[in-house]
Amino acid sequence: MKQRLVVIGAGMASGRMLEHIFEAAPDAFDVTLFNAEPRGNYNRLMLSPVLSGEKTYAEIVTHDAEWYAARGVDCRFGEPVVKIDRANRVVYSNAGGVPYDRLVIATGSAPFLLPVPGKNLPGVVAYRDLEDTQAMIDAAAPGAKAVVIGGGLLGLEAAAGMAARGAEVVVIHLMGHLMERQLDPAAGYLLQRDLERRGITVHCKGATKAILGTDRVEAVLLDDGTTYPADLVCMAIGIRPETRLANDAGLEVNRGLVVSDQMQTNDPAIFGLGECVEHQGQLFGLVAPLYDQAKVLAATLLGTEAAFRPVQTATKLKVTGVDLFSAGDFAEAPGREDIVFRDPGRGVYKRLILEGEKLIGAVMYGDTADGAWFFDKIKTGEDVTALRDTLIFGPAFSGGAAADPLAAVAALPPEAEICGCNGVCKGKITEAVAGGATTLEAVRAVTKASASCGTCTGLVEKVMALTLGAAFKPVENPPMCKCTDHTHEDVRRLIKARALKSIPAVMQELGWKTSGGCASCRPALNYYLLCDWPFDYTDDRQSRFVNERNHANIQKDGTYSVVPRMWGGVTTPTELRAIADAAEKYAVPMVKVTGGQRIDLLGVKKEDLPAIWSDLNAAGMVSGHAYSKGLRTVKTCVGEQYCRFGTQDSTGLGIKLEQLLWGSWTPAKLKLGVSGCPRNCAEATCKDIGVICVESGYQISVAGAAGLEVKETELLVTVATEAEAMQAIAAFTQLYRENARYLHRVHKWVAKVGLAWCRAQIEDPETRKALADRFEESQSIYRVDPWAELAAKPADWAPVADLSQPAVILGAAE
Amino acid sequence: MSHFIDIAALDDIPRQGARVVKTPSGCVAVFRTLDDQVFAMDDRCPHKGGPLSEGIVHGTQVTCPLHGWVFDLATGLAQGADSGSVATHAARIEGGRVLLSETCLRGRAA
Ligand code: SRM
Ligand SMILES: Cc1cc2nc3c(=O)[nH]c(=O)nc-3n(C[C@H](O)[C@H](O)[C@H](O)COP(=O)(O)OP(=O)(O)OC[C@H]3O[C@@H](n4cnc5c(N)ncnc54)[C@H](O)[C@@H]3O)c2cc1C
Ligand code: SF4
Ligand code: FES
Repeated sequence: MKQRLVVIGAGMASGRMLEHIFEAAPDAFDVTLFNAEPRGNYNRLMLSPVLSGEKTYAEIVTHDAEWYAARGVDCRFGEPVVKIDRANRVVYSNAGGVPYDRLVIATGSAPFLLPVPGKNLPGVVAYRDLEDTQAMIDAAAPGAKAVVIGGGLLGLEAAAGMAARGAEVVVIHLMGHLMERQLDPAAGYLLQRDLERRGITVHCKGATKAILGTDRVEAVLLDDGTTYPADLVCMAIGIRPETRLANDAGLEVNRGLVVSDQMQTNDPAIFGLGECVEHQGQLFGLVAPLYDQAKVLAATLLGTEAAFRPVQTATKLKVTGVDLFSAGDFAEAPGREDIVFRDPGRGVYKRLILEGEKLIGAVMYGDTADGAWFFDKIKTGEDVTALRDTLIFGPAFSGGAAADPLAAVAALPPEAEICGCNGVCKGKITEAVAGGATTLEAVRAVTKASASCGTCTGLVEKVMALTLGAAFKPVENPPMCKCTDHTHEDVRRLIKARALKSIPAVMQELGWKTSGGCASCRPALNYYLLCDWPFDYTDDRQSRFVNERNHANIQKDGTYSVVPRMWGGVTTPTELRAIADAAEKYAVPMVKVTGGQRIDLLGVKKEDLPAIWSDLNAAGMVSGHAYSKGLRTVKTCVGEQYCRFGTQDSTGLGIKLEQLLWGSWTPAKLKLGVSGCPRNCAEATCKDIGVICVESGYQISVAGAAGLEVKETELLVTVATEAEAMQAIAAFTQLYRENARYLHRVHKWVAKVGLAWCRAQIEDPETRKALADRFEESQSIYRVDPWAELAAKPADWAPVADLSQPAVILGAAE
Repeated sequence: MSHFIDIAALDDIPRQGARVVKTPSGCVAVFRTLDDQVFAMDDRCPHKGGPLSEGIVHGTQVTCPLHGWVFDLATGLAQGADSGSVATHAARIEGGRVLLSETCLRGRAA
């Protein structure tokens, strides 16, 4: 004879158990299934997509009427069980009793309601079943106001769902950050920021005092006096096991219905299953362990040995576009260690918690691709000591070394976009390489990939490396310095994209690994910021190398050199006299004519700098910036004014250019030369920017070098008038300022981005003008003499205290 | 116990910067970090005598302006591959004033 199996609760756990039973032994039981909800088993997890409108109820039904009918299940839906008569083995609903041989209690949980005034007002709902979901859908019309109390998993899914339907949603959370049970504060912060971007207001540390309203909910009042108007309030502050029936029946109940490893209660005929149970002191709120219970209970009921062993659970928040993963345990405890990875630029945060040699918890935000892999490590409890150094980078780096750094690129489909500027996809690059383009330059020429801003160069090279294999040797692009994993190019891009306007903001938001940066990144950041935000950013003197901080070149003995500007290499007797006077007055040991057509006063003491500057200022001279990553000199030749071969006023143009460009900061030093004819007496063709005057106009060439490397310039454009030459040069300078990496001279940068791209920018009249305009905007701030400014505070240049006089020492010491 | 000498107001030293104090046996650089700690050490790099007070201060380290050696401000020890050390002196802040240990006045290791 078939046994009579009665099940109370047609939820996710019992549904799974029935599937196992019917699969293993279709004829073992006559099943009666009670459910308080007027429906059978559906996927409760998916209520959130139903709420947000991404799914319909019909799509989330697990077992429909047909399923139950085929298995002969007596469905008593909408018929809550009100009593269990253990002595006679009968359960009762209001419709009468049903006898059982075996009874399964799978009543799930009941939402916990805050015991505040107004909690029973119409318009206050929990988030547990389809009715609650429907109430929220009905209320969440565009413009309606909804308040969600509780910033945990459920509350946030409710909030996001209603927000997706156009409601104005406020989340009130008691704790300091959202989802504090699954997330640590850093991940909570990222989550809050993402929700706020969707228009959801988040109020943390908010304690609800009362729900206000007369016939219906109208507002929520907090302890701190804040009120939020509300057409609907969803309370999602927690759940507790639904144990009322079990309690009344005198079964052993702690926080939940107590069950053994076999899911048996203290009554051998009665079993517990799902969120309503307590197993070895533990409660359950996620489905994964419940499914394990269902399997064990099915086996138990069918007389097979099985034991329930709780497994670790992992959480993902089901809000489209929010990537969050948390698993295991991450409470602070002695003996636990953290490994943290941040990439705030991408909104990525990962934290692993280690105890001894095991991984016991993981929190990930923004990039959860490796979640499953970490989760597996947590579940197996394997020794991760050997992987520790690279553990946080996930499976791609497992084993202590990069398994294949190209894997991520290899995994991209052919249509994945590599170069954003030119819309070049991976497939196009692979094709170009197959067609014979084996160098970066060639790929650029054929596809235009990385031919614009150049920031995708690394990716393009990886695609090439994949296609060419060992034959390809990419140009290295290491991170800026040991303080960050970002390259210079990425940092520049992120500063602009994220409107970062101070060094601390960059370090915070881009996840600097050191607290104050280093001598290598700080000057670079200072330059990038002042270049991108001339009006908002204040130059940080302490982030400059000594020469730029002191506006003079430091010498090997700690003295300084002073080089006043001599515009275009032209001077006057008055200037020469002032220089001579200063040299004598400050006992300058060496006066030298420089290779840059001006005069250098070498060996000046630091404390004399303000005074010598003042004297030179008084004679109308300004700093020559012989020390700066900025405009140095514009060398000229005599040109048409005196020279028998001169075609244009090269001296005059040089002076004008120097007056246009002086004071500007550039990625590295910038030197110009203007020659009056192709004989090139000003050596213009080995400068960063050189002008050769010809009968028909001006040949502007760029990217020369005559220092550590020697290289001839290449023609950028030829223009007819002096005004055009000035505009083209201002524009090119700005292009260099905005795009080059710190400390790269023009020729290095041009080699990276390609002269063709630079030319295209300068030849296009609109782009050229916009660049020249931006340069002029910046110059409105920076075309000033630093000497005049600094000389005003001579005290800053002297020792702060002088303890070399015995009297002072005695006086000061106590 | 050594005595301390009041040398300057804290704000006379720029954050992430240094000022120099003259003593009979050479200059002492007094550094102020981003988080307002003060450190003092001889203003002479053991490499080639660079003025450490002119270096870039980052965290509790300074990079020599001449050839880029890095020193820990608390210990005076050269970092990384370089070896060498700079004599340090006790310094502290009291009521917005910077106090420097008078040990800086005593004879230094040559
Ligand atoms: C004073 C001067 C030599 C002279 O007595 O003529 C000079 C002096 C120095 N040069 Fe120069 N360079 C001087 C013209 C040049 C020139 C010629 C020119 O400008 O026409 C070059 C080759 C052109 C070029 O720059 O490509 C030149 C290529 C360099 C380089 C190599 C740069 C490169 O990228 O290859 C350095 C090293 C550096 O910058 O890293 C350098 C660095 C220096 C420094 C700043 C070294 C330093 O860091 O302390 C020297 C500073 C001395 C001082 O205290 O004043 N100097 N230097 C010249 C100053 C010109 C001026 O009026 O401003
Ligand atoms: C909106 C939402 C999203 C969720 N998201 C996730 C998620 O992403 N991941 C995850 O792991 N978990 C999630 N959960 C939790 C998961 O849904 C539950 O852990 C799971 O449904 C519990 O299964 P159960 O069978 O124990 O209880 P339930 O599925 O709640 O089923 C219990 C059933 O018993 C009925 N019942 C109660 N008392 C009686 C009675 N006296 N007589 C008759 N019937 C009764 C109830 O009406 C109910 O239908 C979510 C829950 C909700 C509400
Ligand atoms: S290059 Fe020759 S012609 Fe031209 S200006 Fe110089 S000297 Fe005169
Ligand atoms: S003198 Fe300090 S590093 Fe050379």
